[in-house]
Amino acid sequence: MSRLSAPHLLGLEHAPREDISRILETSDTFREVLDRTIKKLPTLRGITVLNLFYEPSTRTRISFELAEKRLSADTISFTASTSSVKKGESLRDTVQNIESMKIDMVVVRHSSPGVPYYLTQCMDANVINAGDGAHEHPTQALLDMYTIYKRYGKLDGLRVVLVGDVKHSRVIRSNIWGLKTMGASVALCGPSTLLPYEVERFGCDIYTNIDEALDGADVVNIMRIQLERQQAGMFPSQREYTNLFGINRERLKHLNRNYTIMHPGPMNRGVEITSDVADGDKSVILEQVTNGQAVRMAVLYLLSGREEGEQ
Amino acid sequence: MASKMYDLVIKNGRVIDPALGFGREAAVFIKDGKIARVEKASAAVSRTIDKLDDDRVIDATGHLVVPGLIDVHVHLREPGREDAETIETGCRAAAAGGFTAVCCMPNTTPRIDNQETVKFVQDRAYTADARVYVFGAITKDIAGTELAEIGDLVKMGAVAITDDGHYVQSPEIMRRALEYSKMFNIPVAQHAEDGLLSADGVMNESFQSSRLGLTGRPAAAEEIAVLRDIALCRMTGARLHIQHVSAKGTVRAIREAKKEGLPVTCEATPHHFVLTDDEIGKEFNTNLRVNPPIRTAADRDAVIKGLVDGTIDCIASDHAPHSDEEKDCEFDLAPAGMIGLETTVGLVKTHLIDRGYLDWGDAIRKMTINPASVFGLEGGTLAEGKIADITIIDPDKRWTVKAGEFRSRSKNSPFIGRRLKGRVVKTILGGRVVFDRGVRRKKGQ
Repeated sequence: MSRLSAPHLLGLEHAPREDISRILETSDTFREVLDRTIKKLPTLRGITVLNLFYEPSTRTRISFELAEKRLSADTISFTASTSSVKKGESLRDTVQNIESMKIDMVVVRHSSPGVPYYLTQCMDANVINAGDGAHEHPTQALLDMYTIYKRYGKLDGLRVVLVGDVKHSRVIRSNIWGLKTMGASVALCGPSTLLPYEVERFGCDIYTNIDEALDGADVVNIMRIQLERQQAGMFPSQREYTNLFGINRERLKHLNRNYTIMHPGPMNRGVEITSDVADGDKSVILEQVTNGQAVRMAVLYLLSGREEGEQ
Repeated sequence: MASKMYDLVIKNGRVIDPALGFGREAAVFIKDGKIARVEKASAAVSRTIDKLDDDRVIDATGHLVVPGLIDVHVHLREPGREDAETIETGCRAAAAGGFTAVCCMPNTTPRIDNQETVKFVQDRAYTADARVYVFGAITKDIAGTELAEIGDLVKMGAVAITDDGHYVQSPEIMRRALEYSKMFNIPVAQHAEDGLLSADGVMNESFQSSRLGLTGRPAAAEEIAVLRDIALCRMTGARLHIQHVSAKGTVRAIREAKKEGLPVTCEATPHHFVLTDDEIGKEFNTNLRVNPPIRTAADRDAVIKGLVDGTIDCIASDHAPHSDEEKDCEFDLAPAGMIGLETTVGLVKTHLIDRGYLDWGDAIRKMTINPASVFGLEGGTLAEGKIADITIIDPDKRWTVKAGEFRSRSKNSPFIGRRLKGRVVKTILGGRVVFDRGVRRKKGQ
């Protein structure tokens, strides 16, 4: 039985505070394992995990695969460049095939919102959402939150600014829900064309001026801006985006003294973030990557319901 | 009165005919497929009925007897997608839902943009359980670039033209369609959603689409489309019918146009006066994916207001069958549309009448005489000499929508599992009972 309130991790919008706290605390245990010489535990021995990736992904898939291997799970990965529908096989058929292979847990990434939920309706395995369209990407938000938590020892009362393409970002959505549940104050900043309809109803402070958004903030989490948004007419040029929203050293003066710079990657250096900021001493961008493994180990472990040492 | 004069009598029912301003207990006498007369209960009427054979008398005690309902927005899918629906199964669903006449949309494969396809549909409908009126296409292949042979379509019997499923994006083509249609005095029916503004959208653009990360179709896309067409209607004086009104701004625009005296009519679907877009995030039910999309509570309330104040003339289902295979997939990859013929009456009763928005007379008007007048169809009233298309409704029947009970070949309804009140018990087409809920379906049907 899952040690969280649900057998799946589909998103953070409805995740209770206790679940998030438990994941963050458990992540701490696994984070310590990653610093050992032998980074492996027998926890998920005998459990088969499928990484079902319908969208190209390098870091999230590798992070999950490593987390699974470090917990001694048997893992297989399936990557399709297009959706199953275009390929000719329906999602249900794919899922039922997987079910027949006696898979215990599925990590899924898909371009359509709601696919992780759909999977839970046609299979018994524990489902972990590794990104469904622009909907949610809960483990990324959890690792962001864990990184903040490790640095400040708390989330409550911190001011976190999420900068970028709010409209299309699943990372921002999951961060909003998770951070708010944990008591952080959240600000969103991006061009008004990339703020989704009725964005104020997310319950965050909304800014289109980056300097005002950064004023008095503790954490800035900067999202990748995709070139295709410019091609779709969402903003006139990359140059103008950088001028208006790019994070450079000059803009950091608005932040609180003990500030933190984050980016979920992959970065466009010189576009949404300058190299000196990305590589500066307040940047935790590479720490996020390491923490990601610990957080994913925690999620896999808690959902599996295994006892530590149980086999 | 010589009793053998009548083929069928419906007695003891409450007869509602908005066209005649009639609403009381009465008997309906049918002869040779036509309404012979409607008489309020009296000793003489009872004596006449008593002389008839039992199998010629329907006792409608506690039920409503209304003119056969008309649905002016139905996709029968034949020719082309007989796996989802055929003219036969679609009309069987219509009969079960109380509809004696349906208007079928031309977005079949091939399109109904020529005489041969109109003829094909009419031939196939000849033995069906409902009358089928054909809407022809506005443009060739519904491509939006060249007018179809509208004169030919009308000559063969098309009652209106539409490119339903697609908005006629070019204002120039729409202008010409309106002008040209005037020669035949038919309405041009429009699926009013600007295609550029709603491109790739899969649900209403609202906080819900923002929350779910699904691409939105803004209400403004419908409002802009309607305002443009109203301007063209004003310019040409041609008849414009706006299909499936879904947004607050649209209702307002049509209300104003009507006040101005323009020849604009419109329809609303049950899903737009019942559902709101916050349903979608619960289960990503692809049966909630429909164009125009289900919108916010404010839009739904505006549609209801439009029904109440008469801005909205007709209630139409936009019955759009899709096979399980098409709908059992990712939400944003599912085709748009839901079936509706068999749930309309229950939804009207439960959501409009029981909540005090409309009385039965208002509701029946929007499914009988109003659609008949807008599109020049037979029926819609129980006046003497009219075709004997009659629907009998049990207004108090409580029932649950079940996938296994649909007569439609498809089951893509978001209302499955809902408890509704009000259900059709019998449907009579040209004096012949084509649907009787009390009688089990014959084997193989």
